[in-house]
Amino acid sequence: MQHAQHNTPLPEGLPEGLVIREEAPGVLTLSFACDLDSATVAGLWAPVLDSVRARAAGADTGSGPGAVRLEFTPDCYIDGAGLALLVKLRAEAEARGAQVTLTGLSESQEHLLGLAGQAERVASQKPHDRRGLRVLIQSGVGDILTTSAEIISYVGECALVLWDSLRHPERVRWKDVLLSALAVGVESMPIVLLIGFLMGLIMSFQSVITLQRFGGEIFVPNMLGLVMFREMGPLVTAILLAARSGSAFAAEIGTMRVNEELDALATMGISPVRFLVGPRILSSLCMVPFMVLFFNFASLVGGALVMLSIGFPLVTFTSRVFDNVTGTDLTGSLAKIIVFSLLVAGVSCLRGLRTGGGASAVGRSTTAAVVSGLILITIADGLFAVLFYYLKI
Amino acid sequence: MNVNDDIIISVRDLSCAYGPEVVLRDVGFDVLRGEVFVVIGRSGCGKSTLLKHMIGLLEPVRGSILLDGRDIVTARGAQRLEILQGIGVMYQMGALFGSMSTLRNVGLPLEEYTDLPQEAVDAIARVKLSLVGLERFGHYMPTELSGGMVKRAAIARAMALDPPILFLDEPSAGLDPVTSAGLDSLIRSLAETLGITFVIVSHELPSILSIADRVILMDDGIKGIAATGDPRELNASSQEPEVRRFFDREVAERGAHRPARRPGIRPATTQEARP
Repeated sequence: MQHAQHNTPLPEGLPEGLVIREEAPGVLTLSFACDLDSATVAGLWAPVLDSVRARAAGADTGSGPGAVRLEFTPDCYIDGAGLALLVKLRAEAEARGAQVTLTGLSESQEHLLGLAGQAERVASQKPHDRRGLRVLIQSGVGDILTTSAEIISYVGECALVLWDSLRHPERVRWKDVLLSALAVGVESMPIVLLIGFLMGLIMSFQSVITLQRFGGEIFVPNMLGLVMFREMGPLVTAILLAARSGSAFAAEIGTMRVNEELDALATMGISPVRFLVGPRILSSLCMVPFMVLFFNFASLVGGALVMLSIGFPLVTFTSRVFDNVTGTDLTGSLAKIIVFSLLVAGVSCLRGLRTGGGASAVGRSTTAAVVSGLILITIADGLFAVLFYYLKI
Repeated sequence: MNVNDDIIISVRDLSCAYGPEVVLRDVGFDVLRGEVFVVIGRSGCGKSTLLKHMIGLLEPVRGSILLDGRDIVTARGAQRLEILQGIGVMYQMGALFGSMSTLRNVGLPLEEYTDLPQEAVDAIARVKLSLVGLERFGHYMPTELSGGMVKRAAIARAMALDPPILFLDEPSAGLDPVTSAGLDSLIRSLAETLGITFVIVSHELPSILSIADRVILMDDGIKGIAATGDPRELNASSQEPEVRRFFDREVAERGAHRPARRPGIRPATTQEARP
């Protein structure tokens, strides 16, 4: 590296082929006889910019804004990183009022520098904020109102579709309902049975350990029957429905949105709610009662296993369970799961229909479907508890 | 060509916006019955936006779009359904329903809108598939078809109800030149033999020059139509800067000066001089 005589030392450690000199006070010349690529620019960036910042403003001489000359040899190779350095150099110098001249660049390099410079100018401009507080509030309120209107319209359309299915069952796409029922009900049976069995087993086992101290293990079947039929059966089945089928509904319909399939339905004049949501809600409604029954049965098998292991005969277990569980418990449980499944299937399909663009939007919809489903199940379960209390069920 | 003088699509004073961003301003044009009408322009100029408004997916800020004499902008309920049954749309990626076979995809509009027995629906769907050269692929699922086949099947589905107007969004996009040329020839033959009016959004020059009776050139600068006419005449004689930029494939504005060589590539002589 060569340096001319200066009052202030120029940066050390610059690569071969770069000369920085100050021919007159405030006139800084940078001669590049080296490549300006990502390897060299990394070492050049800070020292070169520092020297330009200091000297372009005439800081050391007090002579006011000066000039910066950038010279290049014909074989100087400039890539994207080099362009970025030149654009930055020019911007820094011009911001301090210094004149910048470039010599030795080829026509194509000048062209590319022009393009890059324009990008830099656009990037440096402060984004024009067209959205004041008032507009933001207005658009926020507008969004809430639009979303509410869409949800109300969706709920209404779902209700109409279900009502229409009852009045005109021949219009229902039963093939789609059957396929969906297979996925929702039949294919979920192993997980329903497993979770039911384990929950019955664990609850009975834990209860037996505690109640044995008081000689009350005989009451475990009573507790298990009531808890499973009244509360845990519909609740856990609905959670499984949300996690397993609700997420699948949202992902399927969301992917259809991304693939323009929903647009295709719209331009065919086919309602996506009738075509896609209806069969899914119907299949859920048809399958969840069986899922609850199988869940309850599996939990009783788990409980029976524990009771048999501590020496109670099976007949004692079954008679104590069914002495306590009434028909009202069973119908209450079925009423709960019907409502839960309506909420889960409905909100999951809604999340799918409201999917934005891109793969990540499908992921967000799926997550939102499960979360919304769980929240709705919890709220509905709370309301059921209050309702059953007042109805003395 | 099978072009009649009567107007089948009439767009009047159409202004479209996404929120505060105006995309099209006071656009107006007519499409004649039986012609292949292509909307051309660079990416981002509003071609697809115009198409989405014409097929009723988006609502304009103002203006009217008459499809066969009925305004899709103001139509609601049964009237809108009637208009939609008079058009077919092929989306850029085909948008075939992934859970159905190709035959069922094509037959779906018939199942929804007619009381035909399933046997007749399948027979009609097979005829439509044979019109696009896919008669052997009816039982294939959409994922088992190639890109060109998916687009052909999508055209067959769009034609299921024999609509007088077909809208095609970028039919040649993403296809190799041979498949693209095959699709162009299919569009031309369907227009000539069945008298279908095609409204096509495209920016593929060879395809535009081979199929279009008339084009409108959209321009994002003026947010509207920069030129209209026969694409071959425009290409040969128009001196409008926007037209020349599109047909000469020049880069607008900043790219008016085309680089003589790529500056990131070292000249051969310099390469040799490097250690």
